[in-house]
Amino acid sequence: MTDVLTPGVTDPAAAEPGAFAGTAARRQWRTIADRFLRHRAAMAGLVLFALLLVFAFLGPVIWTAGLDAGGEAKVPPSAAHPFGTDRIGHDMLASIISGTRYSLQIALVVAGVSTALGVVLGALAGYLGGWVDQAVSRMIDLILVIPQLVVVAVLARNSFSVVPGQTSSNWLTVALILALTASWLPIARTIRGMVLSLREKEFVEAALASGASTSRIVFRHILPNTIDVIIVNATITIAQAVLLESALSFIGLGVKRPDASLGLIINENKNELVTLPWLFWFPFVLIVLISLSVNFIGDGLRDAFDPRQKRVRTKAAR
Amino acid sequence: MLRFIVRRLLIAIPLLVAASFLCFALTTAMGDPLGDWKLQRPRTEAEIAAAYQRIGYDKPVLERYVNWAGGFVVGDWKTTVTPGNGTVDVREEVTRAVWVTARLVVGAEIVALLLGMMVGVVGAVRQYSRFDYAATGVAFALFAMPLFCLAVLLKFGGIELNNWLEGLGFGRWIVTAGPPAEGFSGGLFERLYAYSGAYILPTLCLVAIQFAVYSRFQRASMLDTLNADYVRTARAKGLSPARVIFRHAYRNALIPVITVFALNLGVVISGAVITETVFGWRGLGQLIVDAILKKEPWLIQGVMMSTAIFIVLFNLIADVLYARLDPRIRYD
Repeated sequence: MTDVLTPGVTDPAAAEPGAFAGTAARRQWRTIADRFLRHRAAMAGLVLFALLLVFAFLGPVIWTAGLDAGGEAKVPPSAAHPFGTDRIGHDMLASIISGTRYSLQIALVVAGVSTALGVVLGALAGYLGGWVDQAVSRMIDLILVIPQLVVVAVLARNSFSVVPGQTSSNWLTVALILALTASWLPIARTIRGMVLSLREKEFVEAALASGASTSRIVFRHILPNTIDVIIVNATITIAQAVLLESALSFIGLGVKRPDASLGLIINENKNELVTLPWLFWFPFVLIVLISLSVNFIGDGLRDAFDPRQKRVRTKAAR
Repeated sequence: MLRFIVRRLLIAIPLLVAASFLCFALTTAMGDPLGDWKLQRPRTEAEIAAAYQRIGYDKPVLERYVNWAGGFVVGDWKTTVTPGNGTVDVREEVTRAVWVTARLVVGAEIVALLLGMMVGVVGAVRQYSRFDYAATGVAFALFAMPLFCLAVLLKFGGIELNNWLEGLGFGRWIVTAGPPAEGFSGGLFERLYAYSGAYILPTLCLVAIQFAVYSRFQRASMLDTLNADYVRTARAKGLSPARVIFRHAYRNALIPVITVFALNLGVVISGAVITETVFGWRGLGQLIVDAILKKEPWLIQGVMMSTAIFIVLFNLIADVLYARLDPRIRYD
């Protein structure tokens, strides 16, 4: 997926001063935005994801019932409790609002941190080569030799916490473990490969000749050419992180209460599928909606950035 | 080719050594493996000292690593550490679990690969047909589906099916508590009945997830080759469509899919962790979850190292297959 920005790889930093070139760059972005806006599935995904964000972060303001136990337990969905109550009388709607919030928080932190880390390490490895490249590449090889879920699970059983005064099962610690051990690998490898070919381009030579520093060349001249790949990968990472975190919490090695994510809520209710079905179905539907909407957005972005490809190529999302 | 394989195996050695460091570091960072045991009831100083000495935890960290790694190479993988009469040998336990998981995973992977290849090829040849849209939709739904939810749903679907079968006067066919016991024997029909009942749901679960990956890869790679110049040339020569599709396009479209298949082992094992947990198979997945929950350092390291060895081997197989399928690649 190289050379995606029409009409081919350009030097973004060189385009800055001239008004003419600046217009061209703006037109390029407008074309991409147009293509994205016309992509029906992607727009549906975007609207859905926005609604989910509102549900998760503004939900507590609108639905003030609160989580408190003490209500009647095991009530099916009703006017007083739209999503019913669980085995100890928690209001399920409040519980799922906070679960969605934790799942989304974790996914967004994972996507942000792992994208930043992967891009920087991948770019440095690709541009500098030598021992930096060796170190980063061997590190990736090493982590890939052990299944993701296992590495993350072992780390999650540790007793450290990034948030002072909390156990290791708080959401931020789990998110950082996911980001730092597993999620940055694919993006780092992709960026490394792209930078390897981009650094041979003439505009890099020109920048070198005019005395630009390494960081300026990497961050201003080379990386903007990979922005499409970075954005698409970041969206896919959100979907993957939601699924990975929920799987981890499902086997009992992810977050713990009070930071209950959707995966943990499903874990707690997995044996009630027949007797108290609403305890399973609501969190399940929420997870699927999150990952579906993000996948649709990612696919729309990929199409929008790629003028050659009319239909979507889906990479392994797991 | 032989020289290539030998060279690749030699490169794998430092990688596995590094992996052993990583495994050891991860379990060491877990903290005191006897922490829970000490809290169970008051223990005397001598009792505690003896327990630590028995598992080798009275030694400094570095010596512990050397002890473990040296033993691992010659086949002594140590035992579980929690005191009591439940001590098991790590290597025996891992070997047993590997076989359980292999029996589950191998079949599921083959079914998923064949199904994915078929659907992918048809979807590419008949691009934008109703079949293609349906297959794309299914793959999308499966990508968004958390594996454990699928497993839980299938499990309860199986229980419902059992109730229904019982109502019709049949037995409870679906089993959600692991494979038939070791000593299970019976007539051919009884065996078929027992094994199919135990395998069908976990297999379905793993197939569903992997099928989505393979079908998408196969469709994409098939589209690439179908649009290639040499395929147009083959068509222009007047070859039959079947010959063009299978001899010219499909052979080349196979390469990326086979590579993904071989490189997918880590994902498969992660999938097995979930599937085994839900369906009660005491395989590698459940073993590692148990080991982590109980903080069993040697057991965790044993499982991790054996998966690492398998993954390295599969990567090698992927490279060899690559060379076999693509005549342009020469390794020696």
